Amino acid sequence: MRLLRRNPSEESIFKNLDWLTIILYLAMVCCGAVSIYAASYDFDQASMFSFAEFSGKQMRWILMALGIGLVLLLIETRIYETYAYLIYAVMILLLLVTPFVAPDIKGSRSWIVLGPMSLQPAEFAKSATALALARLFSGYNFKLNAKIGNYARALLIICLPILLILLQKETGSALVYLALFFVLYREGMSGLVLFAAAFAVTIFVVSIKYSEALVLGTPAGQFWLLVAIAFIILVMSGIYGKNRLEVCRNLLLGYIGCAAVIVILEAWAKVPVPGLPVMLGIIGAACAYLAFEAMRTRLPRLFVPVATAVLSVVFLFSVDMAFDKLQYHQQMRIKVVLGLEQDLRGAGYNVNQSKIAIGSGGLTGKGFLEGTQTKLKYVPEQHTDFIFCTIGEEEGFWGTTLVELMFIALILRIIHIAERQPTAFGRVYAYCVASYLIFHFCVNIGMVIGLCPVIGIPLPFFSYGGSSLWGFTILLFILLRIDASRKRVLSY
Amino acid sequence: MRKDYNLEKRKFVIAGFLLLIAIIYGIRLFNLQIADDKYKQSADTNAFLRKTIYPSRGLIYDRNGELVVYNQAAYDVMLIPRDVEPFDTADFCRALNITPEDLSRRFEDMRKNPSYSSYTPQRLISHLSAEDYGRLQERLYRFPGFYIQSRTLRQYAHPTGANVLGNIREANATDIQNDPYYAPGDYTGDMGVEKSYERHLRGIKGVEILIRDARGRIQGRYDEGRQDVPPTAGRNLTLSIDIRLQEYAESLLVGKRGAVVAIEPSTGEILCLATSPSYDPRLLVGRERGANYRELVNRPDWPLFDRSIMGAYPPGSTFKPTQALLLLQEGIITPETAYPCSRGYHSGNLTVGCHGHGSPLPVRPALQTSCNAFFCYGFKAMIDRRGKYGSSSNAFEVWKNHLVTMGYGYRLGIDMPGEVRGFIPNSAFYDKYHGPGHWSANSIISVSIGQGEVLATPVQIANLAATVANRGWFITPHVVKGIQDTVIDEQYRTPRHPDIDAKFYDIVAEGMRMAVTGGTCRGAALSGIEVCGKTGTAQNPHGQDHSAFMGFAPYHDPKIAVCAYVENAGFGATFGVPIGSLVMEKYLNDSIAPERKYIEARMLNTSVYYAPPKKKSK
Repeated sequence: MRLLRRNPSEESIFKNLDWLTIILYLAMVCCGAVSIYAASYDFDQASMFSFAEFSGKQMRWILMALGIGLVLLLIETRIYETYAYLIYAVMILLLLVTPFVAPDIKGSRSWIVLGPMSLQPAEFAKSATALALARLFSGYNFKLNAKIGNYARALLIICLPILLILLQKETGSALVYLALFFVLYREGMSGLVLFAAAFAVTIFVVSIKYSEALVLGTPAGQFWLLVAIAFIILVMSGIYGKNRLEVCRNLLLGYIGCAAVIVILEAWAKVPVPGLPVMLGIIGAACAYLAFEAMRTRLPRLFVPVATAVLSVVFLFSVDMAFDKLQYHQQMRIKVVLGLEQDLRGAGYNVNQSKIAIGSGGLTGKGFLEGTQTKLKYVPEQHTDFIFCTIGEEEGFWGTTLVELMFIALILRIIHIAERQPTAFGRVYAYCVASYLIFHFCVNIGMVIGLCPVIGIPLPFFSYGGSSLWGFTILLFILLRIDASRKRVLSY
Repeated sequence: MRKDYNLEKRKFVIAGFLLLIAIIYGIRLFNLQIADDKYKQSADTNAFLRKTIYPSRGLIYDRNGELVVYNQAAYDVMLIPRDVEPFDTADFCRALNITPEDLSRRFEDMRKNPSYSSYTPQRLISHLSAEDYGRLQERLYRFPGFYIQSRTLRQYAHPTGANVLGNIREANATDIQNDPYYAPGDYTGDMGVEKSYERHLRGIKGVEILIRDARGRIQGRYDEGRQDVPPTAGRNLTLSIDIRLQEYAESLLVGKRGAVVAIEPSTGEILCLATSPSYDPRLLVGRERGANYRELVNRPDWPLFDRSIMGAYPPGSTFKPTQALLLLQEGIITPETAYPCSRGYHSGNLTVGCHGHGSPLPVRPALQTSCNAFFCYGFKAMIDRRGKYGSSSNAFEVWKNHLVTMGYGYRLGIDMPGEVRGFIPNSAFYDKYHGPGHWSANSIISVSIGQGEVLATPVQIANLAATVANRGWFITPHVVKGIQDTVIDEQYRTPRHPDIDAKFYDIVAEGMRMAVTGGTCRGAALSGIEVCGKTGTAQNPHGQDHSAFMGFAPYHDPKIAVCAYVENAGFGATFGVPIGSLVMEKYLNDSIAPERKYIEARMLNTSVYYAPPKKKSK
């Protein structure tokens, strides 16, 4: 720090700002404002009033957001680092209080009313959590994998806001924090966790979607997942067995033998094979063999596939139970996405109408303010969570592609910024921002085009609403400030 | 702080994940927006309400330009359920003259409608009368959510001609399937010219494109109405029917079953096409149509059955002119050939009876006296002339073909739905019935006097009269003589020539003239008009003989050809002749001569008794 005692002036900060990010930000916010104008525009000239409502209000939010951004750029990076925990604590306190002071709006208590404005603390907790997590990782010689306590502290920082936001009945906003596992992964968490998560999602989707058809007297989804688990054990035994490939080979031979017996019994002897017990038996035998080999050859790593198999099977059989635990409307949303239910009047209505809106846009769209789906209010929440519909309908495939490209450019730029940070604080914070954006991008657009269950979270910079815009502006401008001063804080 | 390059590589995993999702979304968007067209259509169906605007249906005039069928506004009570507020039902019922139970039943029916929606207009009561409409309109402000929609109904100036005019009904599933023009709720012609000239009468529907929001509320007109298509009104028809004559003919038939057909010989235009029993066409209009229709269908005397074109009757002696014509044409007889009649035709132990008149006699007096024996001998001479035809079969085919060219045995092609073809047997029919070679002239002798297997419709018989009147040609009879902005079909303007020489028609016409001056048709004689005619008394399995008459007048410049056919009414002279001649007189003189008033009165007041139909035992 002392080495660079050149008086830091404002000018140098602006010189070091990442203007590409700022340009992307401004472009997206402007496109957002235009889309909101289109989404709330009415064919009927008489209701210009509602235009004033949403579009005008959003313009005010944008101007104030720019002001906030400017202020954030003027604050010393060190302040953020120093007060990170304090900011986090204040936000947690605010989240804790919110359900008690917030009015009930459509079943959720997440809005705090301040005079003419109402704000959602959950949106601002994102930056606080990011700062806290960055602060944790910037500790001297902090390594995530060094001790289990480090994991516990990181998870505590992530899970506290999730729990508090769930209490406000804002499931979507709470789930956003799960994106921070990307950060943990970048900072050393085993890739197995992400793999396990992906596998868990696969098990969930496959076992629910394919629960009707039967294979060998077992629901097709369950049967083929068990086959997949057996296959994963095989591959893992190869990876974790290192140079003891004969373990993997023996396992493979055993599988081939079992498969041959099943085929002969079924096809030739016409003996019905009960799929479920047989598959469980095969996996059980494979696990027993691997455990035996692990002890015989003193290779405890071979227990990893065993544990994977056991956990996967247990998870597989608890999916139905977990699914039943969900609320009815959540079950319906999932079934609609998986194509198991149409329910065009209920859970499927939004998605169906938003698909119609986007699909009817064609290549070039119907033209600005010419969209019928959105103008005639067929798409609910079209200026907030479903703003992407208006873009798809009026600007067509070019419009949606441009929006996608802007998001990809911004997120990749942020990852690039993250990696050029000299400090763990900067890097971790930047990855937090990237993770939030990835989650919002994937889930919001995914739900609008019917690839994701409907989870009510906004499209950053586009959706109408001050909290969301301010939340993401704060996230981004703190990042810009940290990045701008990276050259002056080579090391502590 | 040392950088961990192993961990830095993980940025590729995170960026890769993002790109993977982005590519999946890109493909999905491509499929939604470019590859699949159905979303565009769904959006249009959502947003654009294509509202049909109905054209006014063409009007129908009679041959003298008198308006016969016209459109009258009727009113439907509509409501939008979600806009309806609690209202005074008693007041509402008083305005509409209905009971509260009736009202609640109508509400129930409305909700059961498969297309029911509380956001869109629903029809509560259809076809209000003008008085009910007036009363409701006055207090409509008290019933928010209700409004009145006007539509048009058919109205009839005269309670007559129901069979010719037809009526309109809602298009059914079959109509909609067969003709893309129709949509549920549209009207289509049923029976009569309403059906056969449907394409001219209905016009072309227009469309108004409205913009509709997610709750079904209309937000305005699309593109300020520039894409709307105005409806094209239906074309007016001018009937060849003289509605006064039609009314008169129907009145003469009251209390009897049968038909009267009158044709203008020079044009083939049908002047009247009366059938009895008939009904008031106004019964099949509006709210009560369904109930009335059911009642008409179930009546034992079949009022919906148009006897003039659907009734296939034995023509009896009205058939004899055809026989005279074809025997002369084939050279079997000459105008001078005489056959004996000793109170009938005798061949072996077969006897066809006749009545007292001079004998032997040639063709003209044979027509005059309606001699059965003459036509039996003539028929036998033709069918058994193997030297000329080779076989009875061949001879009979020649016989049949002549009749077909005269308009028998097949539909004439009148411009009305439901015409039947009658029946003229061919030799194959008898081969099947008796066995090939097992029949001769004697086995089928009764066809020569219009009995036996031969069947004809009143319009076919009237057409024969018209052909004789024209001395050898006719134009397919038709009831529409003019269509607005276009011409009637070619076939109703082109003469058809039976394969009989015109000179033979003179002989037949002479015979028919003699029948009126001094034969079986004396009752048809009018002072100052030379009437030609032929009676018919047709035996039939349903009881008393059918009474028939066919004729034309005047003899030298025919203006009208008539067939009157009354079921089970006895001799041709008792009902057929008076009715047929009264129709002629009415048409030619516009009034009935004082000395014939008593005939008119008798016809108007006499009924024929028909036994109620026997219950079929199951």
